[in-house]
Amino acid sequence: MSKVIEGLYYSESHEYVKVEGEYGYIGITDFAQSQLGNVVYVDMPGEGDEVTAGEPFGAVESVKAASDLISPVSGEVVEVNTALEDTPELVNEDAFANWIIKVKLSDSAELDALMDAAAYTAACAE
Amino acid sequence: MEKRTCLYDKHVAAGAKMVPFGGFEMPLQYEGITEEHNAVRTACGVFDVSHMGEVVVTGPDAEAYVQHIFTNDVAGAPKGKIFYGMMLYEDGGTVDDLLVYCLGESKFLLVINAANIDKDFAWMQAQRGTFDVCLENKSDVCGQLAIQGPQAEAVTTEVLGLNCADLAFYTFKVDVADGVQVVISRTGYTGEDGFEIYGPHAWIVACWDKLMASGRAKPCGLGCRDTLRFEVGLPLYGDELSAEISPIMAGLGIFVKLDKPSFIGREAVAAQKAEGPVRKIVGIALEGHAIPRHGYEVMADGQKVGEVTTGYRSISTGQSVCMALVDAAWAKLGTPLDICIHRRLHRGTVVKKKFYDKHYKK
Repeated sequence: MSKVIEGLYYSESHEYVKVEGEYGYIGITDFAQSQLGNVVYVDMPGEGDEVTAGEPFGAVESVKAASDLISPVSGEVVEVNTALEDTPELVNEDAFANWIIKVKLSDSAELDALMDAAAYTAACAE
Repeated sequence: MEKRTCLYDKHVAAGAKMVPFGGFEMPLQYEGITEEHNAVRTACGVFDVSHMGEVVVTGPDAEAYVQHIFTNDVAGAPKGKIFYGMMLYEDGGTVDDLLVYCLGESKFLLVINAANIDKDFAWMQAQRGTFDVCLENKSDVCGQLAIQGPQAEAVTTEVLGLNCADLAFYTFKVDVADGVQVVISRTGYTGEDGFEIYGPHAWIVACWDKLMASGRAKPCGLGCRDTLRFEVGLPLYGDELSAEISPIMAGLGIFVKLDKPSFIGREAVAAQKAEGPVRKIVGIALEGHAIPRHGYEVMADGQKVGEVTTGYRSISTGQSVCMALVDAAWAKLGTPLDICIHRRLHRGTVVKKKFYDKHYKK
């Protein structure tokens, strides 16, 4: 059974947003990493890039396949998790601790369109 | 509806992730591609390759017929010898790549790709002409295992009781094991030492069970079969060879014997060799760790000059590398090329299409 954390926002494409003030930390869920298998590369945007809700901002890749990362929210990338450049497997070890990008949220109302932990748990069980 | 090999139930019971491949439901992986890949590089892995096709050619004209449809030269070859080569269309495009086993003076076993069995067999029959030969498609009754890795000889000898240590690379023997006739060959598709064994389904299943019970051969899926063959620069039909990609374009000219008086496609590939092919399969090493994959565009001077055929972040070396089909002008070693990965260009350089050294026992 995959881990789901209370208090985070979840997308149907298995990204999460952890909100701290006006910033959101975006990563992939534990369920997503378990489905992908060993992560061997994370394709990330640069600091200062804009991401848009519903649009791809990078990819997380196993040996065999690349999966697009879809941003759950819009905003400016203020930090990328550079540790993933050399050790992408951190995503497998703890997907929630190892966020991928930190975004300055441009429209916090977008969070209302995302799922809470209970709804996401139910969505994964379908 | 995909076909199933004789080991389908064993794969499911072992927790394999099953995927469609070449018309079959095949195991992609069991524990994981990386673990299985490393087992073959460092110890021993076993693959179910029963999906591969087997065609037996017999008759007074068997050798002349094989010489006619096959690019390599089997003339006068002794029993027990194996040849790698291709069947070509008249225009030099590749029907399939295959192994030819010399079973006797007028008897050959042709091992072909699963996805091409129906196409190949129809092609072979259409090329019979006046040759006095009999073609039998044994694909549905012949099972096959590939036992690969530095410990493959010990495992095959000690666990399966097969006498294989005396076999040289690319040779085989017909043996009787557990009362049935089987073929044991020192061949593979991983760049490591190893064996491929052919026999009836019940015997193949019994061998699989013995290997699993021994714990000395890790079950390996098609996922690592591809990463292993890719690292040592071996082609996969559909990626580096196809109806559009000749063996000359793929850099496999040594398996095309132009000194043979004739074979189907000879004139076309002779012309390609003389004039130089318009496109070539090259190796490309990337500067970063972004992963090039099949179909991604190869760019130079702002223009598309080719496409990736196979790419990975190499499990054995950690480097992001690929094979790609590029216009000949961009195929020279050391040429800088960019690959478009997730909407961004990543810098690479043309290198030899061998990213890891083979460890064959010759």
